[in-house]
Amino acid sequence: MTAQKSPLVLRLLKGFGMFWWDFLVGDTPELFAAALVIIAVVAVSRIVLQENAVAVALLPVLAVIALAISVRRAQRATRK
Amino acid sequence: MIAVTSVSSGVIVLVGAVFLACAVEMVEALTIVLAVGHTRGWRSAFEGTVVALVALAALVAAFGPALVHIPLSVLRLVVGGVLLIFGMQWLRKAILRSSGLKAMHDEDAIYKETVAELEAINARPDRDRIAFVMAFKGVFLEGLEVVITVLTLGTSAHRLGLAVITAGVAIVLVGVTGAIVAKQLSHVPENAMKMGVGILLVSYGTFWVGEGLKVTWPGNDGALLALVGLYAVVAWVLIALIRPRRELVASEVTA
Repeated sequence: MTAQKSPLVLRLLKGFGMFWWDFLVGDTPELFAAALVIIAVVAVSRIVLQENAVAVALLPVLAVIALAISVRRAQRATRK
Repeated sequence: MIAVTSVSSGVIVLVGAVFLACAVEMVEALTIVLAVGHTRGWRSAFEGTVVALVALAALVAAFGPALVHIPLSVLRLVVGGVLLIFGMQWLRKAILRSSGLKAMHDEDAIYKETVAELEAINARPDRDRIAFVMAFKGVFLEGLEVVITVLTLGTSAHRLGLAVITAGVAIVLVGVTGAIVAKQLSHVPENAMKMGVGILLVSYGTFWVGEGLKVTWPGNDGALLALVGLYAVVAWVLIALIRPRRELVASEVTA
């Protein structure tokens, strides 16, 4: 008995989903999660607390912290 | 005067980011197409390339005009988020490469690997399905990143035309160079370019996320240049911090 091929539309959708997963998450899920956290934190400080200066400072600082953590994680993985 | 300066900053960063990103992706796509063409014949490699380009053009035609109708703050937040993630990924990789913890991107090695892979497959009919698929995949996947970069940066900055022209110039420039030398493009300083792209994409991502969340940047578009400077310094510091000591480099460098 041969395995049935899934419909073209389903395969295209799966391929589309896989592309975006690889594109945004890939082997650095921590960066994906960090971006969501950054957006949430900045949204709270700017829209809820109305603190523009805090939002201006937080955005790049959080991105730098996320980058540093991810680089450190890769460095540790290399040393194992 | 201030307005002229701030507009120029945005344009400079936009053109720089699109040009570098497109040139890098074009180098990668061209390396694959050249390897396929040299190994299994140019006809199928050419056909695969053309079909991929048509598919990419269809994607731009379908999604380009649609993106313009999305509210600007929503578009900038989503695009900013995507660019922030994408940019941090590029920058992370470039930092690891510059520090010696990851092997440099080597077009020579990729060319040789692709050629070896193709030569292992014996059949070489007039219409070569494998050559077609490899050329198509190479051009389509690298091209998709070009399309995303151009559409996201171009529409968010309301300068889609400029982004498309810049991408076209980068692609033609790399394509003509590749066609003239007719070999792998190992002399293009790809790793340095990737560092530049990473810094520019993270800067744009940060800026658009802020704009999408109604953050008022000091100096308006001029803040982009400050962000570029900040991330360049951070990249430099991180490279210096994680670079293995000289005596450990040989044993710890991995692919």
